[in-house]
Amino acid sequence: MPQLAHANASVVIDRLRAWKAESVSQVIEYRGETTIVVPHRLLLATAEQCKTDPELNFNQLSDATCVDRFPNEPRFELNYQLLSIPRLARIRLRTSVSGQQPVIDSLEPLWPGANWMEREIFDLFGIRFEGHSDLRRILLPDEFEGAPLRRDFPVEGKR
Amino acid sequence: MTTVETAIGTSKTMVLNMGPQHPSTHGVLRVLLELDGENVVTAVPDLGYLHTGIEKSCEDKTYSQAITLTDRMDYLNPLGNNLVYCLAVEKLLNLEVPKRAQYIRVMMVELQRISSHLVWLGTHALDMGAMSVMLYAFREREEILKIFERFAGQRMMTSYIRIGGLALEPPAGWRELVKRFVDMMPARIDEYEELLTNNRIWQGRLKGVGCLPAETLIAMSTTGPGLRAAGVAFDNRKAFPYSSYEEFEFNVPTRTESDCFARYLVRVQEMRESLKIVRQAMDKIADQGPIKSEAPGIVPPQREKMKTEMEALIYHFKIFTEGFSPPPGEAYVAVESPRGELGCFIASDGSPKPLRVHFRSPSFVNLQALPQMVKGQLIADTVASIGTIDIVLGEVDR
Repeated sequence: MPQLAHANASVVIDRLRAWKAESVSQVIEYRGETTIVVPHRLLLATAEQCKTDPELNFNQLSDATCVDRFPNEPRFELNYQLLSIPRLARIRLRTSVSGQQPVIDSLEPLWPGANWMEREIFDLFGIRFEGHSDLRRILLPDEFEGAPLRRDFPVEGKR
Repeated sequence: MTTVETAIGTSKTMVLNMGPQHPSTHGVLRVLLELDGENVVTAVPDLGYLHTGIEKSCEDKTYSQAITLTDRMDYLNPLGNNLVYCLAVEKLLNLEVPKRAQYIRVMMVELQRISSHLVWLGTHALDMGAMSVMLYAFREREEILKIFERFAGQRMMTSYIRIGGLALEPPAGWRELVKRFVDMMPARIDEYEELLTNNRIWQGRLKGVGCLPAETLIAMSTTGPGLRAAGVAFDNRKAFPYSSYEEFEFNVPTRTESDCFARYLVRVQEMRESLKIVRQAMDKIADQGPIKSEAPGIVPPQREKMKTEMEALIYHFKIFTEGFSPPPGEAYVAVESPRGELGCFIASDGSPKPLRVHFRSPSFVNLQALPQMVKGQLIADTVASIGTIDIVLGEVDR
């Protein structure tokens, strides 16, 4: 399985580099998983390329989640797990979002399934998604203050 | 839990609040239905009534402590949750698990799949007005819970799968126990099918209800029986095998109709396939052999060794006070839960507590397709659609 994943990953990296060299700013190989680090402004375009390129064909967004690297800056790391059901391949796209201006393009236009995943990140991390059709809190009540999954939010809650 | 704006423009429509205390929403799901007569114009799910902040709590626990929290997400699939979490931590640690433990894990997870599908079948039949199926389904589920109790000492929140292996050696006489169940079960599944599959009311309530094309379901990130009922044979056990699934022979049942009835048929067939896997696993599990990997400092030492070896005692103390620290890095592992792709993403910063634990819960993601599924259909069909998506609210809200 790791070999297969690796072979798949090199195709993705080559195709993306051929399409636009600056779309791949870093490639991280760890424990048989490949993470492609994408510049913040190119996330939507790169994701679109991953979806529409017939040789990549990542037709499903499995998961989107955020990691808070507080107090480092840029503090947020967004991880998107892409899945190609026809090719049986996975890849992870990662991009950084700054703490001062936590805004990023929404992937909802590409995969409608991103809707709730991004709402969850908005709800728990306070990151805004540009172009999202319905950016509201999803798990917490409307009147809740703060973003509880940020590292500077106390585990026992604010009193 | 949010206030929801609906498009009440004309005098024809009314808004009906379904849930959060509605028996057919299987927990505390609230759906705001805008109705034109009895037809659904829009449906807006409202979540969060069971949000317990499990992902946040995990960040304040050591890697081994967090296992008990995973039990409580999808409370119909605690062993599957344990498995995905442990696989992710083992991936971070680059830890190999003994084959015997892997096979036992497979057997337990497949039994869990049957029990979860039984609860689904029973409660869904109850929603559709078929009372007796629930009694039968819970009767068999009880047998599975008894097996879990013998293995783990717990019926539901087992925490049986641990990092590096299993919590306990299988109990004496486990083979007879499991064998009695797998021998009995095929006839019982026939019994459910006799009651339901050709039942005209059952077919009338489910056929042609909640259809969505495969492309829409893929775009909405749906996985599991819902996607397989639309003709896409995607199953993580086959596509990305974990825990030695590549050594097992089983089929991935699919249908093409993509309606509630197809999802029912897929789940019933999956129970039969799971029984096949359990049988194969029983043959593969050796009577003797390790159930934990040899990893001092990560896997707790045996009691005996603690009384004779100083190192073992030190490791035991360190594991349960300080914990262990995987090297910095991230891992994403996906397993096939009874509801679809259950993923676990863990980011480690090299400390004994995870920097971030995220669960990609299939219930949460699959539920997104509900508004499209029920659009234009009757309220009664909404109940059928919610039922066949098979949500567990503990996992939706985490």
